[in-house]
Amino acid sequence: MSAPNPSGWQPSLGSMGSESVEPMTASGDRGLMLEEPLSFELGSAGKCGVDMDEPDEAPVSGLSSFLRECAPELPGLTEPEVIRHYSRLSRMNYGIDLGPFPLGSCTMKHNPRLNEKVARLPGFADIHPLQPHETVQGALDVIEQLADWLIRLTGMAAVAMSPKAGAHGELCGLLCIRAAHDAAGERRTVVLVPESAHGTNPATAAFAGYKVEAIPATPDGRVDLAALKEQLSADVAGVMITNPNTCGLLEREMKAIGDAVHAVGGYVYCDGANFNAIVGKLRPGDLGIDAMHINLHKTFSTPHGGGGPGSGPVVLSEALAPFAPLPFVTRVADGTLRLIEEGEAAEHAPESFGRMTAFHGQMGMFTRGLAYILSHGADGLKQVAEDAVLNANYVLRACEDLLDAPFAQSGPCMHEALFSDSSLPDGFSTLDIAKGLIDEGFHPMTVYFPLVVKGAMLVEPTETESKMGLDRFILSLRNVVQRAVNADESLHSAPVFAPRRRLDETQAARKPVLVWNGDRDG
Amino acid sequence: MSRYFTTDHEWVEVSGDAGTVGITDYAQGQLGDITFVELPAPGQAVNKGDSVAVVDSVKAASDVYTPVSGTVSEANSALEEAPELVNAEAESGGWLFRITVSNPGEIDGLMDETAYKAYIAEL
Repeated sequence: MSAPNPSGWQPSLGSMGSESVEPMTASGDRGLMLEEPLSFELGSAGKCGVDMDEPDEAPVSGLSSFLRECAPELPGLTEPEVIRHYSRLSRMNYGIDLGPFPLGSCTMKHNPRLNEKVARLPGFADIHPLQPHETVQGALDVIEQLADWLIRLTGMAAVAMSPKAGAHGELCGLLCIRAAHDAAGERRTVVLVPESAHGTNPATAAFAGYKVEAIPATPDGRVDLAALKEQLSADVAGVMITNPNTCGLLEREMKAIGDAVHAVGGYVYCDGANFNAIVGKLRPGDLGIDAMHINLHKTFSTPHGGGGPGSGPVVLSEALAPFAPLPFVTRVADGTLRLIEEGEAAEHAPESFGRMTAFHGQMGMFTRGLAYILSHGADGLKQVAEDAVLNANYVLRACEDLLDAPFAQSGPCMHEALFSDSSLPDGFSTLDIAKGLIDEGFHPMTVYFPLVVKGAMLVEPTETESKMGLDRFILSLRNVVQRAVNADESLHSAPVFAPRRRLDETQAARKPVLVWNGDRDG
Repeated sequence: MSRYFTTDHEWVEVSGDAGTVGITDYAQGQLGDITFVELPAPGQAVNKGDSVAVVDSVKAASDVYTPVSGTVSEANSALEEAPELVNAEAESGGWLFRITVSNPGEIDGLMDETAYKAYIAEL
């Protein structure tokens, strides 16, 4: 057996300060507040957790020159050690099942367990994408029903279900736009994107081969329609606009923007990441939008943020629908559902721009999303938007006297409240507020985004927080801000109650240590 | 030798047709700790307003636009190992690249130090 603690690891979860009267423990644990070494420090390379038969003959490998010459330096751990290691680490973590997760722009709402139950039904969970279509009619029916809901909720003509997440959906939309211009024999090179856009928007446009030009914002935080009109030309393929936008505001001029873009032969892509705020209230199809992705993992509550894959179906206007990617589900003449792939594209989708994914999309997200939609119903989804907006406005108005809210005068916010650190005393910044919230037991809000606001703090409570939950969060946020307003120097040390104190984010970015080399100092 | 500034917070110091470009002290203060600088390759021809460098900080990744057209003659290799030099000496040792200026007339559209100071005072 190997010696315990071969690397000489020492616990570091010490006391809070020299004045503390708390006793130091030998283990580093403090009651149920646990300390934990790295798995490399816990195990040793020679240890093996399982007992396997020795092979009778030396195994023959087909890897030839790729075969390893020495064993990888991985820690050997037993099953109970592995389970305890990750269970102990998980107790240092924060997740949506522990409390509010007000990460603006991310829509970290509760994931109903009903969705999980449905997704685990064997008829959905145990099937394979290459099964014959006649054996998966129920699963194809789920895709078709979900597609029908998405089309109705958005007032659009069609939906491409296969994109795997928001940015993938953006690419799908832009490839549809490019295919439409190609079909018309046009070559356009420019895509316009507002300054406040999600970073994925300009990245997608560049990836799709377009030159990105920024659209300025008005002082009230919305797209400058007059400036946009001046930028329009026959070289503009389209615009990408997030609505509601990343300042948490509704783009009220969307119809006028669409009319102006269409007048020069361009298309309107809408980033639907914030659809949560308008679902059941406003149909993008009525605003002249040609393509919009829907983050099932945000709006329709499928797990995300390290907890699961995304899914980004793209709804399309009449003009772009013919160019949608393969494969897609359709009902054929005999009444059964089929996935239309390349072999049948000439008959069913001659203008499709082609394939983006190996298969039909994220089945596990489809089942969860449809379960969420059906359990809420049309009236429930409308209330989702109303409560998401109400909760964000409640946070905005409860804090705007203490914390600068740059667009508080631009009318009600939508699903998220935006603050800045301009009102804090010198020496105190957004980072201090975020770290202070960790000590209060909350996950911080999104910080330093959107970039158009100095020291932005973007709070998205989502509709799943009760008034009592919001009041507790507001009390904590106000307490932290008040400490900054009072120039309480101890706030610079926050977090003091977390398993680790304030980390050196600059050093971590400048000199990241990504590989264990046997010593903590890298 | 004279120094000029842009509304995007770049500075360029020009002597004959030799220019040196960096970001201003105000800009580095807004960005916070700088973690990485991506620089143009010597020999690259650039037009005024092109995005030719990227400055990453703990808060954001920001494009740097060249204030003048020309050909990049040298990138500040010291920044590869020590990007923090941009924080410490934004307007001296933390310069980003040198450029052979092709159109000296473009300088007329830039601000001098007094005008730039007045400009940032309004922000």
